[in-house]
Order: sequence, then C-alpha cells, then structure tokens
Amino acid sequence: MAGFNKVVHSYEDAMAGLQDGMTVIAGGFGLCGIPEGLIAQIKKMKTKDLTVVSNNCGVDGFGLGILLEDRQIKKMVASYVGENALFEKQLLSGELEVELTPQGTLAEKMRAGGAGIPAFFTATGYGTPVAEGKETREIDGRHYVLEPAITGDFAIVRAWKADRYGNLVFRHTSMNFNPMAATAGKITVAEVEEIVEPGELEPSQIHTPGIYVQRVIKGNFEKRIERRMVRQG
Amino acid sequence: MALSREQVAMRVAQELQDGYYVNLGIGIPTLVANYVPAGIEVMLQSENGLLGMGPYPTEDEIDADMINAGKETVTAIKGAAIFSSAESFAMIRGGHVDLTVLGAFEVDQNGNIASWMIPGKLVKGMGGAMDLVAGAQNIVVTMTHADKYGNSKLLTDCTLPLTGVGCVKKIVTDLAVLEVRNGAFHLLERAPGISVEEIQQKTAGKLVIEGNVPEMVFN
Repeated sequence: MAGFNKVVHSYEDAMAGLQDGMTVIAGGFGLCGIPEGLIAQIKKMKTKDLTVVSNNCGVDGFGLGILLEDRQIKKMVASYVGENALFEKQLLSGELEVELTPQGTLAEKMRAGGAGIPAFFTATGYGTPVAEGKETREIDGRHYVLEPAITGDFAIVRAWKADRYGNLVFRHTSMNFNPMAATAGKITVAEVEEIVEPGELEPSQIHTPGIYVQRVIKGNFEKRIERRMVRQG
Repeated sequence: MALSREQVAMRVAQELQDGYYVNLGIGIPTLVANYVPAGIEVMLQSENGLLGMGPYPTEDEIDADMINAGKETVTAIKGAAIFSSAESFAMIRGGHVDLTVLGAFEVDQNGNIASWMIPGKLVKGMGGAMDLVAGAQNIVVTMTHADKYGNSKLLTDCTLPLTGVGCVKKIVTDLAVLEVRNGAFHLLERAPGISVEEIQQKTAGKLVIEGNVPEMVFN
C-alpha cells in the first residue's frame, strides 16, 4: 500500500535495524505499559552493548529484566532499579553501568530530546550527587542544574490503540513514559493492543500523533501485575 | 509513649486542608489517606500519572493498566485525570502540588533531606523523590525520631547523600512535631506522654523550645 502504512506484521520487521551499541528508550513504569513483545524480540536478536533508557529495568525474568540474562545491556539510565536481583548482581560486579536519574528529570530529558531542546535547567537534584559535574546556574535566587536531553536510535513503546498512520492512544496509567519515549526515538516502534481504521480515533483525543511513530505492530500482552493489592468489596 | 505508624499518619493528616492536591510517598505517608479529616476533600497525586487516586480495587476491579507510583493496583476516583510522566512532573516541579509527604533517613536543621541512598548498601534509585522535594509548595517528612540504636535522625548536617537542599518545612516523628526554619528545629508538639527532655536528648541538631510545648491532640 502506498502512503502511510506503518503497520508491520512480524517482530523481526518491527525491530529491524537494531544494532550492537545502540541506545533504546523504552516506555513503561514498572511492568505497566511495557512493550513486552519488542523486548522479547531484542532478546531473540542477541543485540549487545545496548544503552537502555527506561524508568525501571523490569523484574527478574520479565520486562527489560530478560535483557540482563545474556548481558545485552551495557548501560542503564533509570530512576529506580530496586526490583531486580540480577540487576543488583551485575551492578555490584561492575558488568553494568547505571546512571540513576530523577524520575521527573528522566521524563523531561525524553520530552526535550523529542522536542529539539538540547538541555534544560531544573531545580531537581541541586546540591545532591545527581548534580555532580554538571553546570549549575542561579536564576531569580534559586539554584538549577543543567540536564542534557536524551534521544535514542530506537524507542519502543506500548499503546492501547493505533491506526496505520501511527496515531496512538494509551490506556489508563499504562501511558506513563510512553508518550515522551515515542517522541525521542529515531525509529519509534509501537506495540499495541488493537489496530483500528483511520478515523476511528477521535483526532482531539490522540495522545501521540503519528508523526513520531515509524512502525506499529499488534502485540499480545501478558500484563503481569507487580503488586496486586485488593480491598474487600 | 512513642506514636505508632498509624498515629503518625493521623497527625500528618491534620496538616491536610480542603482543596489540597497531595502526593503521598511509600510507607507511613501512604497511610495518611486513611485519615483524611471529615468534611474536607483532597486529591491524591500519584507521580506515575494519576490525579485523583482512589482506594485499592476489589477483585473484580483489578486492572494491570491501573497502578500507583508504588506499582500497586489502584483505582481512580470520579473526577480523576490520567496523564504522562512528563505532565505529572510538570505539575510537581511547577509547584502545583500543595503538599508532599515522604519518609527520610535523615533531616537536618537547614531543611536538607537524605532519603534515597546509603553508601555501601545497594542503591535502588531516587525514583521521583528528588523532583518532589524540589517542587512541592510544602513538604512534611515522617520518620522515627531516632534509629533503632537511639541515634538521632534530626541532625546538624545530614551525613548521607542528599535528596534535596533547604526544602523540608515540617517533620512529624513518633515523638514530636517540629518546624524547620532559621537553621533550627522548632518544637511544636510532643507525643502524648513524651517529655521535652526526651525529645531534646534525641535531637542532635539545634532545637528551639519556646514556652510550654503542648501534647498532640487526636480526635
């Protein structure tokens, strides 16, 4: 089909072009809203020396955690990595480099990267280890840290619905980092629950306009729950 | 007697005001939601992208796509809004959240807080804590006044790597309510049955005591 058809039908096509040493930005918060099938494809491809940018690194055996099993990740940029024993082991042994980044700064780094802003000043982290070695500036009596933006060779995101133009809608709190991640990839791949006909998504309700998305694939998701809390109803 | 975790949460809940947007951290701060005073309405912000966080779901309501910042399954109240992480931290960093309640390892008399890292132990990351302390209009810290060996957690200078500088305004411990200003801890209230002397003995930083310090009142 001519024109805008970003739908691909295999995970091989979805992640084609991923090479050793590349930077991959991944959406998701904990195990919520992660592109499960795209992560599994990276594991299958055995791509090495990756820099992965994501709020968390999955858990042992699920999510981005599976990329640690064959040491595919060289460097992790994340805000919280507490749920993962293999992560801990590779961090302590020095096999894995980690750049801990405050959660809001991480989100803004992705947003800035996608929006063509090379760096920004934020009060977050001033006077803490996060600011070490970074330029600081006082503006109107407050101190700020200069934080560089992040872009990726690939961005992998999970969405609820997409059309062939790559327009995306996210479901509930599985949105999280996905919209910013989507803007910051040279090649952005969206793994989605449902592909709908153009026009079915209300234009004003689209979360991520298709211009940011290069490939769309329909996935099947386990949607594992990390902390199942229930009230008696 | 020193306050229980629930009593600390009950006392913190007295800081809530009608119409507040509030971010509650993990642990004791989460319990504050159970003690919102009658007759006031607050909106709970969860930094993964939810404004209007509700209670845990019933078995039927569980949805893997609906979680809070502690990665627990949760519900949204009527009138809630869901948004991206960038939007969430725009409202945090931009000073739109009225009150943040979080735990800490140490606080010092200049309002510095250390809550995310103990060198030599595994570092799990700061999550959203650095953004929250840099951005909230008002920060209340909950923690025990001293560690299990009796060492004060209210110090002249924090010894651990900082989460934020000059940001803590109020502290609710198991022994006392204190305000941080002008380079000192000001003792506002005592836990029922706790003496000023005991609080003095367990506060390593500069402590200011003015007049008779009242006991906390629980309804």
